[in-house]
Amino acid sequence: MTAAIPWRQNRLIQDRIKRTIAYTIVFIMAAAYIFPLYWLIVTALKTDIEIFQQPPPIFPPNPQWHNFGESTTYIPFWRYMWNTIAISGLTVLGTVLSCTFIAYGFARIQWPGRNFIFLIYLSTIMLPSQVTLIPLYLIFRDLGWVGTFLPLVVPHFFGSALYVFLLRQFLLTIPQELSDAARIDGASELGILWHVMIPLMRPALAVVALFTFVQTYRDFLGPLIYLQNQQDWTISLGLKLFQNMYGAQWQLMMAASTLAMLPTIVLFFFTQKTFVRGIALTGLKG
Amino acid sequence: MTITFRRPRLTKRQRRSLIIGLLFISPAIIGFFMFNIGPIIQSLQYSFTRYNILQPPRYVGLNNYRFLLEDRVFKIGIQNTLYMVLIGLPIHLVFNMLMALLLNTKIRGLSIYRSIFYVPSITPVVASTIVWLWIFNGQFGILNEFLRFIGLSPIGWLTDPKWVKPSLIFMGAWFGGNTILIYLAGLQDVPHDLLESAELDGANAVQKTFKITLPMISPVIFYTIIVNVIGYFQYFTEAWVMTATRDGAAGGVANSAMFYSMYLYQTAFQQFKMGYASAQAWILFMIVLVATVILFRTAGWVYYHAEN
Repeated sequence: MTAAIPWRQNRLIQDRIKRTIAYTIVFIMAAAYIFPLYWLIVTALKTDIEIFQQPPPIFPPNPQWHNFGESTTYIPFWRYMWNTIAISGLTVLGTVLSCTFIAYGFARIQWPGRNFIFLIYLSTIMLPSQVTLIPLYLIFRDLGWVGTFLPLVVPHFFGSALYVFLLRQFLLTIPQELSDAARIDGASELGILWHVMIPLMRPALAVVALFTFVQTYRDFLGPLIYLQNQQDWTISLGLKLFQNMYGAQWQLMMAASTLAMLPTIVLFFFTQKTFVRGIALTGLKG
Repeated sequence: MTITFRRPRLTKRQRRSLIIGLLFISPAIIGFFMFNIGPIIQSLQYSFTRYNILQPPRYVGLNNYRFLLEDRVFKIGIQNTLYMVLIGLPIHLVFNMLMALLLNTKIRGLSIYRSIFYVPSITPVVASTIVWLWIFNGQFGILNEFLRFIGLSPIGWLTDPKWVKPSLIFMGAWFGGNTILIYLAGLQDVPHDLLESAELDGANAVQKTFKITLPMISPVIFYTIIVNVIGYFQYFTEAWVMTATRDGAAGGVANSAMFYSMYLYQTAFQQFKMGYASAQAWILFMIVLVATVILFRTAGWVYYHAEN
């Protein structure tokens, strides 16, 4: 028994050393993760001379705050922002709407062959989008949709297997008695979905909406293929293609990039809990 | 679906619920045929044709596939993509797991760290790649400035064919913080009593990690492997933005950053060889299919505990 005391102390010291090492590594890594964002903002605040100074000033002596304003006229920033938000908003609407119905059909109604069909549907998650890219482009072209938002938005009104899966998992946890009680009261399936399920599904729907928004907001390949008129571009297209066309005004590009990041970052800080819950949900599906 | 209809003995109630069920999932059925199965089949058909959009597709048999076998850029694209899947991805996942294990040590300020690691992964790829372009810049970039400062010679991070893929992997780690959080969520679900009883049995930290923690979250690891393997076969935006030149070409010096999807995009939407690009798309489909089958077949290490 007496020997246990020094062993204990020894262990406490070891624990403390380990913890200090862990803290230090995490702190350094966190600094490394922040640095590019810091460098983005700092570069946005430099003059066009300071940009090319060697060694580069770690913080500009006279921050050029007006660069932010200028960057919104260097590219048609607000126009692109509006396009991006419009496309993302419609995509969120389509995804949430369609996935709610589909998930309800897969989770709350017993019909023969349900699980088998769900498995087939789920396998589409693993289909690389490049495989269907060309035929879809040709179909949308025949429809006269290329050059509009439609090819980017309309497919989302027909569900997305990943989010159907997520909502289905959530719906399966709701006790069957709730549905049965409503059915005895004569409620239709639509009525149950609307009055009973949707109020309970809100946290899961928020996850789907947020993830869809961020995903669409970040997209580059879709808009690159379908948006051909310069006034329809999203912010990602605008940032890249303007740089190609007029050469990089680095400080203005950085300012515009900073502004382009703000919506998702602000959204994250206001809805952090939803994001964290969503991440836990997506990881759980193994 | 036809199977369920052919089954003879459905009661009236079952038939009713079948119809209602199918009605609810009808957007998925339509989407499945219109945006998945239909295009997959069409893409196979186009892959046997020469099609430049202006003239109708012309059947050329297996020519596209034959040309692909001798296409040097296509081969480089496959090699570079495999480089990312086989080297970049394991590096990312191991790194992300180490970070998650560190964050799981009841660290103070966890929610702040969580935000710091997560935020880069939700920034628009193009916007954050622009700052990385500047960080990697050969002449004025801060990385080379640092190398000069400690007395090393600068590196052509994006211009040296040897360095461009490692640079992309380096940048990719910064975008991958969501995997850290997925792992962390898994780690926090590992039952404490298991770890405690192992400790009482005299297991050290390394043993606990390899014998208990990692097996317990192996389903999560498996999920991230599947998702990221499929994701890396479609690797496009980062490399495109990093290497695109003013005339719309991309792929870096000597195609050192030419990835599968980039070549496919160029073939289809810059050279308008829809048939040739469709053949590439189908080969990609096959590769990803084989890769997922292999992953699922070798998933014996994935441990599902009783509750699941």
